[in-house]
Amino acid sequence: MLKAVEIKNLSVKYPDVKALDDVSFEVNEGDFLGIIGPNGAGKSTLFASMLNLHTDYEGTIKFFGQDIRKSKNYLKQIGYVPQKPIFEKNFPVTVKDVVRMGLQNESDADRIDEILQQLWIHELGNRRIGELSGGQQQRVFIAKALVHKPKLLILDEPVTGIDQQSIELFYSILRELNSKQNITIIWSSHDLDAVNQLANHVACLNRTLFFHGESEDFFSNDELVKQYSEASMQEHMHHH
Amino acid sequence: MSFEILTYSFMHRALIAGIAIAILCSVVGLFLVLRRYSLFGDAIAHSSFGGVAVGLLAGIYPLWTAYVVSIVSALVITRVKDRFNISGDASIAVLLSSGIAVGLVIIGLSGGFTLDIFSFLFGSILLVSVDDVILILALTGGILIVVLLLFRELLYSTFNEEQAKVSGIPVEKINYLIVFMAGLTVVTSIQLVGVLLISALFVIPNVSAIMYGKGFKQTAIISISFSIFSVVAGILISYIFDITPAGTIVLLSIGLLAGTMGIKSTGLLSKN
Repeated sequence: MLKAVEIKNLSVKYPDVKALDDVSFEVNEGDFLGIIGPNGAGKSTLFASMLNLHTDYEGTIKFFGQDIRKSKNYLKQIGYVPQKPIFEKNFPVTVKDVVRMGLQNESDADRIDEILQQLWIHELGNRRIGELSGGQQQRVFIAKALVHKPKLLILDEPVTGIDQQSIELFYSILRELNSKQNITIIWSSHDLDAVNQLANHVACLNRTLFFHGESEDFFSNDELVKQYSEASMQEHMHHH
Repeated sequence: MSFEILTYSFMHRALIAGIAIAILCSVVGLFLVLRRYSLFGDAIAHSSFGGVAVGLLAGIYPLWTAYVVSIVSALVITRVKDRFNISGDASIAVLLSSGIAVGLVIIGLSGGFTLDIFSFLFGSILLVSVDDVILILALTGGILIVVLLLFRELLYSTFNEEQAKVSGIPVEKINYLIVFMAGLTVVTSIQLVGVLLISALFVIPNVSAIMYGKGFKQTAIISISFSIFSVVAGILISYIFDITPAGTIVLLSIGLLAGTMGIKSTGLLSKN
């Protein structure tokens, strides 16, 4: 089985805190990995390290067998959907302009219409991005992440602040991308039920990795689920 | 009123240079405005004051030293801003005042100003030479080619730096490129409206164009059209009525902004 991602002994230290401590795991091509963990568990740091946004880490990260310190070419094979994309509300770009940003080769312009159709937003193509609802904007950013046909999609808690109907649609899109188009997905989420339904692997992160394996093994183990729920509940209480 | 003024060769030069500068300032200015860097043009223009003074003191053609000093100081301040985490507006203030300060001290050392300071402060578009026009056209052509070649990189890193980085775009280099292009553009444009009104050309047509709710390319085209109209009409009107071209150009572009706001407040621009 080809490895999409191999992470070995990844540690990240910030001046006052160890954000990640000796994290190791692998993702096979075609996997759908759900990463769960309370706020401050290091999920964003993990993604930042994987995506070339944070380069001050120990350990190795490989994508498709290649160490990312040696070559940044792997970024072309990745689509990334951030938690909540930040942009000026009146930034003068249409939906098509935004999706085109994800395109590495201008000659593939037909892909833009194709991907907009696939995500049910083709009728929004000439609208300004800032005029759309949160759910529609999210689909635009998924389209941007997919337009260059990546082999791997990374999503950072991408349902924050989005209505239920859009979330359902979003989950069905993810399922289809993974099962029909064989795109490997790494997805961080707070929603345990959704992870249970969608992902075939689960990684449970709280600075260290305290579980990584098949979803069934995680969700059939009441002790693990309870541990996780308590940890995130404590974190939740802490935040309020 | 006759069309006689259109037969003067100084008017041809002024209009050609003016149109080129209008296009250049709109395009480069759009990226600056969207990066919340609207006053950066102003800051570079002020630092060019120091550059002109250096040229006068050293006996070099002041425009060349203005290019060097403005571009180098703009790049340095950008580096300092990133390195020491200074906010954009504060770094603009530093650049702006240090340029003027350097200029004042050097002028004092050299025993006073010999250059026509008025034309430096407010432009002298009717006095541009053939050489000036050639330089302006070459720079405009060069910068527009760079913008077209690196369009995706420029737009993407302006829209969202983090995502651009994840897509493998060298965001830091693109940031320096924009600062470099802004430096070239500002010093080139000083001849049109002078140091004090330069940011009007960068900002006002773009602020108007953004209000039309269009995509990026259409917004740029609207901005360029507004800018060319203001510059051409401004040069002609100011000559006919013997008033200052710089002020007239800026007032016309403010008129277009006010008109755009008027149309927008009627609700006509709220939907596509």
